[in-house]
Amino acid sequence: MRHGNKPTRRRAKRILALLFCYVTVAGAVTPRSPLSSTNIFAPASTPAKTIFDLSIFVLAVTLVIFVVVSSLLAYSAVKFRGRAADAGREPPQVYGSTQIELAWTVIPVLIVAVLFVATARVIHAIEDAPKPGQTLDVTVIGHQFWWEFRYPKLGIVTANELHIPASDPAHPTPTFLKLLSADTDHSFWVPELAGKTDLIPNRVNQMWLDPPRPGIYAGQCAQYCGTQHAKMLLRVSVDRPADFAAWVIAQQQAAAQDAREIAGKRVFETTACINCHAVSGTAASGRFGPDLTHLMSRATLASGAAENTPASLRLWIQNPDAIKPGSLMPAMKLSDADLDVVTAYLETLR
Amino acid sequence: MAGLIIAESAIFTIFVVAYLFYVGKSLTGPTPAQVLETPVFYTICLLSSSVTIHFAARSLERGRQAAFLGLWSLTVLLGGLFLFGTAEEWHRLIYEHGLTISTNLFGTTYYSMVGLHALHVTVGLLLLLTVLIFSLAGRLRQNESGRIGVLAMYWHFVDAVWVVVFTAVYIIGR
Amino acid sequence: MSSNAIAIENLQREPQTWTEILHQWVTTVDHKRLGILYILYALSYLLIAGIEALIIRIQLMHSHNNFVSPQAFNRMFTMHGTTMIFFVAMPVLFGFANYLVPLMIGARDMAFPRLNAFSFWLTAIGGLLLYFSFLGGSGLYGAGNAPDVGWWSYAPLTAKAFSPGHSSDYWTVALLVSGFGSVGTAINILATILCMRCPGMHLGRMPLLVWLNLVMSGMVLIAVTPLTAAQVMLLIDRYLGGHFFDTQAGGSATLWMHFFWIFGHPEVYILILPAFAFVSEIVPVFSRKPIFGYPVMVGATIFIGFVSMSVWAHHMFTIGMNSYANSFFTITSMAVGIPTGIKIFNWIGTMWGGRIQFKTPMLFCLGFLFQFLIAGLTGIMLASSPFDWQLSNSYFVVAHFHYVIVGGILFALFAAFYYWYPKFTGRMLNERIGKLHFWLFLIGFHLTFDVMHIPGILGMPRRIYTYEPARGWDTLNLIVTIGAFIQALAILVFVCNLIVSYWRGARAGKDPWDAWTLEWSVSSPPPAYNFASIPAVASRRPLWDLKHPEDPDSRYE
Repeated sequence: MRHGNKPTRRRAKRILALLFCYVTVAGAVTPRSPLSSTNIFAPASTPAKTIFDLSIFVLAVTLVIFVVVSSLLAYSAVKFRGRAADAGREPPQVYGSTQIELAWTVIPVLIVAVLFVATARVIHAIEDAPKPGQTLDVTVIGHQFWWEFRYPKLGIVTANELHIPASDPAHPTPTFLKLLSADTDHSFWVPELAGKTDLIPNRVNQMWLDPPRPGIYAGQCAQYCGTQHAKMLLRVSVDRPADFAAWVIAQQQAAAQDAREIAGKRVFETTACINCHAVSGTAASGRFGPDLTHLMSRATLASGAAENTPASLRLWIQNPDAIKPGSLMPAMKLSDADLDVVTAYLETLR
Repeated sequence: MAGLIIAESAIFTIFVVAYLFYVGKSLTGPTPAQVLETPVFYTICLLSSSVTIHFAARSLERGRQAAFLGLWSLTVLLGGLFLFGTAEEWHRLIYEHGLTISTNLFGTTYYSMVGLHALHVTVGLLLLLTVLIFSLAGRLRQNESGRIGVLAMYWHFVDAVWVVVFTAVYIIGR
Repeated sequence: MSSNAIAIENLQREPQTWTEILHQWVTTVDHKRLGILYILYALSYLLIAGIEALIIRIQLMHSHNNFVSPQAFNRMFTMHGTTMIFFVAMPVLFGFANYLVPLMIGARDMAFPRLNAFSFWLTAIGGLLLYFSFLGGSGLYGAGNAPDVGWWSYAPLTAKAFSPGHSSDYWTVALLVSGFGSVGTAINILATILCMRCPGMHLGRMPLLVWLNLVMSGMVLIAVTPLTAAQVMLLIDRYLGGHFFDTQAGGSATLWMHFFWIFGHPEVYILILPAFAFVSEIVPVFSRKPIFGYPVMVGATIFIGFVSMSVWAHHMFTIGMNSYANSFFTITSMAVGIPTGIKIFNWIGTMWGGRIQFKTPMLFCLGFLFQFLIAGLTGIMLASSPFDWQLSNSYFVVAHFHYVIVGGILFALFAAFYYWYPKFTGRMLNERIGKLHFWLFLIGFHLTFDVMHIPGILGMPRRIYTYEPARGWDTLNLIVTIGAFIQALAILVFVCNLIVSYWRGARAGKDPWDAWTLEWSVSSPPPAYNFASIPAVASRRPLWDLKHPEDPDSRYE
């Protein structure tokens, strides 16, 4: 009898079971990132879904073409390989065949016609979609290297993180985005919600979204716009209607006044900060940089380049190049004391 | 030369497209209607120079050196007059109306396009002058008429471009 | 038809000093030498741009990497793209055209030999100027500044306000100068083909390589010049205060896009047509059959030449054109795939019923056929504009065009190198090293560019110096990088083959492949005057007629 056969196997099974439990539990307790993926094949909104359906059709057609033609290629390479026995003899010299040429011209033309019709319908469906009565209008302004969001009818100005209400398919309330740029070309791309549309200076573009499921959808700028193009990230928070309404009300308030942070507010207002930034209800009304009125309502800083924590915020003010080298935020050259109080002040802007 | 003309036509086409695209889109500054005066005389000069160069080339083919010299000189003169006219117009636009290449979209597209054409006229004139000098030195023979024909083709091209530019600037764009 | 070199008794030649040799090469107007100069120039820049690619891939190997700064990275992808298109692909293809076209049509040289030399040196200086920018670009970040605006140099990123210093200007002026060189060579090729064919070679009897270079040259004339015009406009904007692309003054950023892509799209067809030319010459010889459907191949080429001028805005599907414009460019972009597909079928038709010899040139052609098929199909996907709204400006597009340029053009080029190296140098390239080169490169290529499609589908944009770990792109990028290094290794193997075979390769005779076009009727390398007496031809395959007098092509077509 071989030693340790049964006991070894039992032990192995036990270890495997433990491993499995660990992995499952670990998976369950690991804080899952709330951000969606950026997979174009995981559509979460009508434009993305329409594109997805078309793309599956196109993929299917091209796959068939690929299989047919590559099989012919492989077959001809194998079947007609020269064998040693044939050395010196030339095969029949065939110059062409009009019928074959006709056939393999007509078939591709038909394929193209079919693909085109399918495509044209989708182009029309997305680009010429009539605007229903109940929409949320947001103006998106692209900057080097951050996003400005204005809700003209709601009187809200915010930055980098877009909040929109979920749209019930039964009673759609899509969001229409008007896309502008303050400097160079940018592109708004949140793959699970829609195809990308560019933001081009001196031009007005438009797109729409109607995601039914709440969540936070990830994206980023998709047109090279300069040094920090890579860090011009997007977070689109699709909120349940009630949550969205609450967010709107909070954003419409002027900046929170916290008496404890007067020192920081004074530093903020007497340094060059107010040249670029706005905090509603105060003297700061600069528009070159993001609106900071509700800075603490955002999950990230610098358009996704850093988590919104006091340490990151302090570092950002002290030395932006440490987080996003090449961004247009200058190092403010504040003393340590000033840095501390300014950071504390900004931390109150919920 | 045909190849060169095709390539140059493409370049001019892009400038003409830019000009026509920007008609009426200047945000500030003088508009074409306000400042442009149609250069009829100088246009006639340039277009006639195509006629004279055609007959000059033909004269050389037939060995008539004197006729060639006369017609060729006339071509140079007419071309030179055209350039003078362009210079005169630009002087007026810049000093009387304050229109420069950086004033507005009209200024940019106008000076670029007309300037590119004037540059080609200048290069053409230099080549024509060179031929004139050779001819005066007695070194131009009848069997060179092929090359003269090629140069004449370039000159005709320059004139044809002017017809297009003229239409875009003084007819369509105003 | 006789093409043997004239033998002179008791010919004595003094050995040449190296300065004399150098002088001869620098002042040459011989199309064969200029062809070789173009090719060597392109190979050097291939190595440089390849290193730039490796730097890009190392930086992108994993998320939040710190191999190079964002500024350096942006310069790397700009220079990599610009160099590869303008100073590798264009010169090497012009080089082969320069060498082969006169030989294939039975001429002694190009129509304008001095223009030929002038055009080469213009291109060469352009390349040097572009790279001088690393030393002389100055700008916002201090000395040493190559352009960093992407190889399309979109406005208004290239305006003085957003690109201070001179880095953009190096891009503009270098390409302006080499653009003139390209136009010069194109005029030369056109004039040569139209005016200098040997007796009996009417247009329907020219080798397909000659046809494809004819159409390519015509396209260069009307495609490269819009870029020249746009660059002049950019210079006017940057230095004379012009407003062509100045959006603050009402100018249009999309105007630059239109002008650039009116150049940019035909440009890639300009690059692929010579690749088609190589495959159209090599596949028949190694299948031992004439090309299937010669008239259709010619017609398809001309059709491609025209239609490719009408597809440019498929690079601009996301700029917000209306649905009619988007539909128009969708249909034209899909339509241009039809003649291209027909060509693939014809090449397969050529192999069909043949007796295929799997020598290295043919291996690379087979790789070309397989990969170009895939590249064309991903192109059809991108032509569908809504699909493009997701895929555009992502790594899917990067994968697609590298599939065309590396999987298509570079493979065809390798085939051409192995096929014509014996003619250029009189030596065969080593077959075994060639096969090693092929397999190594094939594996590296597929590892990199097959996988690269996936990050695109998973939302990874292009031209980003780093990416977030949460996106899940890390492993894929790592695989892509590994493939890149394998390809680099293969290129080194290739370069070694080129060098070693020059001195130790087996001697090649006039016609090592038993081929049928006129260049194989002269010695390897050909004498300076190409043909002792100008040949006269009676069919598309003059050497077939000579070798098979009992069954000449002239009896059938």
